[in-house]
This record gives sequence, C-alpha cells and structure tokens, in this order.
Amino acid sequence: MVHVIEVKELTKRYGVHTAVDALSFTVRPGRVTGFLGPNGAGKSTTLRLILGLHEPTGGSVTVCGQPFRECPRGLRHVGALLDAHEVHGGRSASAHLGALARSNRIPRRRVDEVLREVGLAEVARRRIGGFSLGMKQRLGIATALLGDPPVLLFDEPLNGLDPEGVKWVRGLFRRLAAEGRTVFVSSHLMSEMEHTADDLVVIGRGALLAAETLTEFSARGDRRTVRVGTRNADVAALTAVLTGEGATVRRDADGDGNADGSGEGGGALTVTGLDAARIGDLACHHRLPLHELTVRTASLEEAFMELTADSVEYLAGEPR
Amino acid sequence: MTTMTTTSVPDTRGGAVEPSARFRDLLAAEWIKLWSLRSTVWALVVTALTVLGFTIGTAYDQYRYWPDDPRHTAAFIKDGIAVGLIFNGNAATILVLALGAFGAMSVVGEYSTGQIRTTFAAVPARRSVMAAKVTVMAGVTAVFGAVVSLLSFCATQAILSELGVGVPIGHPGVVRVIVASALLPPVSALIGMALAAVLRQAGAALVSTVAVIVLLPAIFSEDRYWSAVIDHSLLLSAWFRLTRSGVYSGVAHSWTTGGAWCVYAVWAVVAAGVAVAVVHRHDQ
Repeated sequence: MVHVIEVKELTKRYGVHTAVDALSFTVRPGRVTGFLGPNGAGKSTTLRLILGLHEPTGGSVTVCGQPFRECPRGLRHVGALLDAHEVHGGRSASAHLGALARSNRIPRRRVDEVLREVGLAEVARRRIGGFSLGMKQRLGIATALLGDPPVLLFDEPLNGLDPEGVKWVRGLFRRLAAEGRTVFVSSHLMSEMEHTADDLVVIGRGALLAAETLTEFSARGDRRTVRVGTRNADVAALTAVLTGEGATVRRDADGDGNADGSGEGGGALTVTGLDAARIGDLACHHRLPLHELTVRTASLEEAFMELTADSVEYLAGEPR
Repeated sequence: MTTMTTTSVPDTRGGAVEPSARFRDLLAAEWIKLWSLRSTVWALVVTALTVLGFTIGTAYDQYRYWPDDPRHTAAFIKDGIAVGLIFNGNAATILVLALGAFGAMSVVGEYSTGQIRTTFAAVPARRSVMAAKVTVMAGVTAVFGAVVSLLSFCATQAILSELGVGVPIGHPGVVRVIVASALLPPVSALIGMALAAVLRQAGAALVSTVAVIVLLPAIFSEDRYWSAVIDHSLLLSAWFRLTRSGVYSGVAHSWTTGGAWCVYAVWAVVAAGVAVAVVHRHDQ
C-alpha cells in the first residue's frame, strides 16, 4: 500500500462560511510537503478533515487508501501534531504519552524513547501546564512519533521553537522523509518551508492556489526587478526615459535603502522589464546621476505573497 | 536537547504488523488518564470527608442531646430513625453534587483543553473511547460510593450503639440504605458525563448537572399528582424513597422501591448511552 494522503474535491462549510472549498491534492511518501496559506486559509480545518475530526460537507479524503476514521486505532497509521496547546495541562508528559501509547497497544518503552528523541526526558514527570510553547511543540512532535507511523501531519510545528529547535525539527522532517514516510507540514510563512519542503500545497480562502514542487514554485518568483536610486529632482525625468524604453516603473513609497539616506532627498524606483546595464547606459546617456542600481530576484516569500495576495483573510489596516 | 535515537523504517505493507484493537487497552488508558490528574484524588478525598462529616456529625448530635426517656429509645429504632441516620439527606445532596461535577469535569476537561482532538486522533473509534471512559468512571465511583457508604454505616451505628440504639447490617432496610447511597456516585457521575458530552462547555455542563440532579427534585413536589410523577423519576427522590421509611418517608403519592431502583437504572443506562452516542457525529 502506498502511504499517500489523497484529498478530492474536499469541501467544508460552517453555516454560510466556506472554510475549505473543493480542495484536491495528493501528498506523496518520501518527501516533505509544505502546506502553506495565510492565516484563516483553512489549513487547520483541512488537517482536521484528514484526521476525520471534522466531517466534510462534500468530497473525500483518504490516508493510505481509506478514510482515517475507519482505523480503530490511529497512532500506527498517522502521527499528528495539531495544536501544541491541545493537551490537558494537569498531567505529566510521561502520563500523557503513556495513556496514548496504552490506548494503541504501543509498548511503554516507546514513551521514553520519543521523550528522549525530542529532548524532554528530563522534564517527563513535570506537569505539562508549566511547559513553554516550545516544550509543548516538542511534546506534540513526540506524540506524532509515538506510533512510528508512515504518515505524519504537523500544524505549524515551528511556532515557539528556539533557533536550535527549528534546526532540529527541519532535520527531523528531512530524516522522516528520507525514511520513506509521508510528511505534511503546515505553515503560514514561506521562509519556514524554503529549506525543508520538497513539494508545496498552497491554499487561500479554502481553495487550492498551487500544488507543485518547490523548484516549480520558485520559478514563479524568477522575475527580476531592478531597484534604481536617484535624486528626487531627477525622478520624473528618469521615469520618463525608462518608460519610454518599455519598462514598468514603480516609485517606492519610502526608500529604505541608500537612496533615501543619501543626503538631500533621494527617490527610489523599482523597474521591471529592463536590465541593470541598460538602465545604467540610459541614465548616463541622459546625464541623470544614479545613487543605486541593484538587481533583485523575487524571493519565494514574495512569490507566495503575490500568489496569496487576493486571498488574505485578515489584512492589517493602514498604519496610523 | 537534540539527542537522536533511530526510528525504524515504517512498514511499507501498511500496518500488517499492527496488533488488533482491544477495548481493555482503552480502559487502561482511561485509568491512567483519571489517576494521573492530581485533582482526582483531591476531589474524592474532600467529598468523602465532607459527606462523612455530615453523617457522623448528625449521629453525634443524637448522642449529645439524647433525652433520657425510655419511650424515645424504643421508638428510635422502630420508626426507622436509626436506619435513616446511616446516610442523611444533606450528605446525599453533597454527594450527588460533587460526583455529578466530577463526572462532568472528566469530559469537559478533555474538551476545554482540546485534548479530545489528541485523543480522537489517536483512537478514531470515538464511541469506544467514550465507552471506556464511562466504564472506568462508573467503576471507580461505584467503589468510592461503596467505601463512603459502608464507612458511614459503621461510624454512625458505632456512635448510636453507645446509646444502645445502633442497628446491625442485618436489620431490615439497612442494606438497602447502604446500596442506594453507594450507587449515588456512579449514577450522578454518569449524568454529569452525559450532559458534558452534549454541551462540551464547562459552565453549561456544570449548571445543567446541578439543575438536573439537585434543583429538579426541589422544584417538583409531592402535592400534585403530575408533579409527583416527575419527582418520582428523579435520582435524588428515588434515593429518598429507598432510604426513608415509615413516618419519615414524606411520600403522599406512593411508589414501590422496585420503581425507585428502576429510576436508578434508567438514569444510568440513558446517561451512559447518551455520553457514548453523542461523540460519534459532532465535529471535534
């Protein structure tokens, strides 16, 4: 059997609000798949639907060929970290994992193994309520690993982890995938996925925006722009020249680079459609001095922002 | 913090080595969950001490203010006062309140923390989880009830024996009082669990549990037939029917002890059924 997660036309409505909208994608084994989307895009709902915690309004989702709810015991099939806070704070880490292990007939020694693996062995007997978010994330990861499952789901696992923890988790995901497991990790930050994921599933407002490899996705952001700095007085002239050559020119609201900081008022432009050399030549030809000429490649983060721009649910207001 | 241990390669045949699912594993898991909370022991110890304080205190009052009158002594046993003192109404009310809340919190504690999702992701057979939870809760509270009830019997009758009016366990009606009181904890805990499973929110679950267990018997009185019928279908009223006899029963519309036992059974079975069934459909 192949350990894939198969999501088909999955839809979930709560009253009039559509949280997940006809979503279809496949998560494959042996790879880390990043699950991206802005806040409120429906990532957590999708994960709950995969785990059968919520009933879909339409469509279907299967893990290893069957709906997850049909497995009487889950930990050996799918390991999941949904929300690190979703544990009873009154128990110790060891009692919490001990009860979960017992319910799935997993040997008790496995509890100590996973606690050592996530670095919580020393606090195993302490109440979870006193754990920091980072420690709870580690406990959640221990829970997911408990049944040594072929499929693992993690919802925002990097929240609250220190840099060392983030590095460790990335290594862990890579290793789990290298062992042939299916690793599905959600995040709202592209930068978290950049060095970890092989594949990406991007959603916005519950609908699929992209499902492709990281390489394919990064090709989206491969449009180069050139940042040009000049004196304020010359901005208009330079814009006219560049536009005349077929470039698209955008005046940056505030020059956060050298252009603005260089004495008496500079202006910064972002130019697409002309390369840096040509811009330099044109400026020289028209005797317009340049303060800055920087080639910028749009990052994955920008490609992600651009892709999800229309589907951001909670947009901050204008700065006051 | 990053000591790594090797995790074995997953079985690519798809869980062929997985041991079969057993209900007793879920019982064991719920047992661990119940006793790994410090509040469990505290709640039970405090409840037991409070209840015993009420029953022993009432018996001690008899001892302190005993009238030196032979007729009083004769009537004390004949009128069922000695049997009634094994477990008084205040003690029973405290007991059902505390255990109803205890049962409700065992379910609400999972929902309010979100633990329920971790639990159901580990065991997708939700009804089995709730069945295990209900079984463990009923078992633990039944043992608790038996211990409290027997202790109360021993202590109160030991005090009354000083006056020569204590009754032995073989005396008519004594076993019935002990059993009826011992069963209050499991039945009220199940009612609390059922309401919590339906409402899934701490405040609502606790208020409704108190209402069903304690307020309803206070509202529906014996003075009208229809009101008495409702009253007779309630747990605490059934307990009064089973433990009070003769002139102290205060029952205008008569009903049998068999009927009262039936009320116990119906509440227990319906509550357990609701708690188990309701988790199947909800989004968690």
